[in-house]
Amino acid sequence: MLTIIDYGAGNLLSIKNMFKKIGVQAAISNNINDIEQAEKLILPGVGHFDYGMKNLHQSGLINILHQKVLENKTPILGICLGVQLLTESSQEGTAKGLGWIKGTTIAFDKTKLSAEQKIPHMGWSEIKYQPSSKLFTDMYSEPRFYFVHSYHLQLQHQQQCLATTMYGYEFAVGVEHENIVGVQFHPEKSHKYGMKLLENFVKYY
Amino acid sequence: MAFIRVIPTLLLHKGGLVKSVKFKDYKYVGDPINAVKIFNEKEVDEIALIDIDATRNGTAPNIDTIATIAGEAFMPMSYGGGITTVQQIKDILYNGIEKVIINKAVHTHPSIIAEAANLFGNQSIVASIDVKKNILGSYKVYTDNGKKNTGLHPVAFAQQLAQLGAGEILLNNIDKDGTFSGYDVQLIQQVASAVNIPVIAAGGAATLKDFSLAKKHGASALAAGSMFVFQMPHKAVLISYPTKNELKQIADGA
Repeated sequence: MLTIIDYGAGNLLSIKNMFKKIGVQAAISNNINDIEQAEKLILPGVGHFDYGMKNLHQSGLINILHQKVLENKTPILGICLGVQLLTESSQEGTAKGLGWIKGTTIAFDKTKLSAEQKIPHMGWSEIKYQPSSKLFTDMYSEPRFYFVHSYHLQLQHQQQCLATTMYGYEFAVGVEHENIVGVQFHPEKSHKYGMKLLENFVKYY
Repeated sequence: MAFIRVIPTLLLHKGGLVKSVKFKDYKYVGDPINAVKIFNEKEVDEIALIDIDATRNGTAPNIDTIATIAGEAFMPMSYGGGITTVQQIKDILYNGIEKVIINKAVHTHPSIIAEAANLFGNQSIVASIDVKKNILGSYKVYTDNGKKNTGLHPVAFAQQLAQLGAGEILLNNIDKDGTFSGYDVQLIQQVASAVNIPVIAAGGAATLKDFSLAKKHGASALAAGSMFVFQMPHKAVLISYPTKNELKQIADGA
């Protein structure tokens, strides 16, 4: 079963709805046994980095997640705050991230944004992606995705960069390292582009 | 490339979708689920869904209806109408909606924006401001579907809302609503230059030129109702949306 991790941070039903649309049964759960049994995991999330980490700790799921992802190599897809939590830390707060991805989450460099480029970066942007990644198999041309974020990834290993976009400047909006993938944008709210991406995650990971 | 968001506004009234002129004269334009499905096919950027009965009738947001409509939406969706509590906001955000639109509650429950923004993030809170010009030519903020003058000025009010934690301002000129006469760009410029959160222009859009003009005057996103549900000159009901190339031209500032 594909399991969407419910740790009290985000719009989980949208993700489940999108999977339903592509014919994939997904469960929303905060139950340790469900997570342990899961074949694939989705780490969603909206909100503050520290709030997200605090909720993950309070949910009691941290140990099982470490075991699933690092030892069992269960595929996991982080979305929005979910991808940021994969990094070691964030300028948004003081909490330690999951640290599965080397790198940090940093604030937009406002000196590189024009006056009309407000924060959060909210709306649709085209992305450039790593064509070798299975996550973008048969992706439609000129893929665009819906973003809402004030912080972005700063990866330590460029070869793990899955995708980039431009908002004032170019930055990483996706990461892939073995069984761990994550995207800054919201595939569950990005029409056929997001459907294709989620379908690929189910099929190829 | 980053696009400017173009947002169809759908008004829920007695279970169907309607479109107004100056917040009055509702005309039935179709079934909400069907409209959302068509907008999916057209790959719209975002949808704003507003229940225009809820606040007027003093009823809470209908979570089942909202969840049913949101369940068909594969783009971001905001919801407004009848919201008075943080719990309602939570229920809405957990049922497939990305953002809530707060209007009347700002006046009756002033702490609601700050409380909700703290819990769910500023990006999930849209504060909407309905504006009319009085006979002396000065802008005033109205509530209750344009019936009640609060005496507030939209610029000062927008700044207050931004300070409280609103993530966006939905700025609507009531006298422009449904008139196909273009946005009130003067109003857009005044408000957009006074706050550093995105301002969504609403009221009056008829053509792509109106979009470009509003963007030049500081709008971060463009909402329209009539333009996307009516075909001129006879206002026949027909759902439409700009093509990707047209949206690119607007983004490029053409």
